[in-house]
Amino acid sequence: MTASAAEQPWHAPGTTRRGTRTARVVVSAVLVSAAALAVLLVPPLFPLDQQAVDLTAKLSAPGADHLFGTDEVGRDVLLRSVYGLRVSLLVGLVAALVASGIGLAVGCAAGALGGRTDRVVMRLVDTFTAVPHLLMGIFIVAMFRPGVWPVVASVGLTHWVSTARIVRAEVLSLRARPFVDAAISGGASRLRVAARHLVPAVLPQAGLAAVLMVPHAIWHESALSFLGLGIPAHEASLGTMINGARGSLVTGEWWPTLFPGLFIVIPTLAIAGLAGAWRERINPRRRSELVL
Amino acid sequence: MLELEHITAGYVRGEPVVRELSLTVADGEAVGLLGPSGCGKSTLAKVAALLHRPFAGTVRLAGEPVRGFRYRAPRAQRTRIGVVFQQPRLAADPRLALRDLIAEPARATGRGQELAERAAALATEVGLGPELLGRRPHEVSDGQLQRACLARALLLRPSLLICDEMTAMLDASTTAALVAVVEDYRRENGAALLAVGHDRVLLRRWCDRVLDFPAVPATA
Repeated sequence: MTASAAEQPWHAPGTTRRGTRTARVVVSAVLVSAAALAVLLVPPLFPLDQQAVDLTAKLSAPGADHLFGTDEVGRDVLLRSVYGLRVSLLVGLVAALVASGIGLAVGCAAGALGGRTDRVVMRLVDTFTAVPHLLMGIFIVAMFRPGVWPVVASVGLTHWVSTARIVRAEVLSLRARPFVDAAISGGASRLRVAARHLVPAVLPQAGLAAVLMVPHAIWHESALSFLGLGIPAHEASLGTMINGARGSLVTGEWWPTLFPGLFIVIPTLAIAGLAGAWRERINPRRRSELVL
Repeated sequence: MLELEHITAGYVRGEPVVRELSLTVADGEAVGLLGPSGCGKSTLAKVAALLHRPFAGTVRLAGEPVRGFRYRAPRAQRTRIGVVFQQPRLAADPRLALRDLIAEPARATGRGQELAERAAALATEVGLGPELLGRRPHEVSDGQLQRACLARALLLRPSLLICDEMTAMLDASTTAALVAVVEDYRRENGAALLAVGHDRVLLRRWCDRVLDFPAVPATA
């Protein structure tokens, strides 16, 4: 064995950091694909009524008839969990797009215009940050009838701040670069510099922020529904399912809360895992900061 | 062509890098600005290129006073000046292929179609073959990238070319090639040149007159 080889740390096959990272990406991709396939294929392929009540089978334990058991009024927990996940993913994706779009626009405007505009916009952002976003989200949903879109608005309109800060910081750093000077010298307008040079440069960061926002938005939707402020109680949502089954948890029936809970936790971890891999790819220097 | 009068400029108020400096570049004249690193010659070049607002002083371009800098400078004034920067890696948008990099000023001024042939001719003139034009900055060398940056600076036929240490990162043959391109351009268009650099020999050979940049005291 050579001296340099002796200095290398030994790893069992499949246990290197690279191997761990690859495994994480594969597992995350499989889980996200499974969740996406389930919410897209189950409703059209299995036209079952997720609201069908069967009081004779209420709180049945997981078994052959009902893989995940039934809830307090005999509804199938697996079927409702899939429908609930569909709502959660819809809310998560659309709210993340809304939040990232607002954040990108605000961050680019503040960073590209700079000066007084930047100071005013960032003080407004500070003011916005000072109000707890869950409280603001509750205020927004309370103004409308319960449904998916008020929840999307509640999450999307309150979660753009972090994206705006990231984008602004990136734009501020970019606008001092000589290639921006060269564009200005070549006659480019402020709008052209923003559209051709600044926005394309920050899109990967904004995209990453959007992906990282998806799991957060899913949790928010579940929290609002758990509080009775999100999706109407009769419609399946992971939050409303857990809220409705709280009582049965005390009496020992764990399945109506555990399975919807897992449907929240597993897809969010999987999406965060993919986002982490993406972050690693676009900014390798930050590999050591990865947690998920 | 360019008159700088009593320019005081810098990046932090109260700590100017350039103090009360005046400089004139006549039509068709080549002026070299020589000085050590950190003396403020690049800052002065940015003021001359209308890319940095001075704290005090007046800039005149073709006899007209300059009232705004960067985006606030009228496009007609900005595009009379071509600028080549020291570090081509930083002066090129990493997402643009060299072809788009060279054509960028034409597109920014709405003359993309009109100047397409000139952009192609300039690419050949600076020594960039067609096989290089589809590449992005990270796929070419510093010298090739600086050639593209020079072509970009010449595209709109500026009447003043500012070269801020254009050849500082290049080998001797690339330096000679780029200087020759600039000389040909000046001869054909009667353009003025403000060349900033450390290399006294090069600047003396290249310019009609060379000015030593006033040294700034270490403690302001």
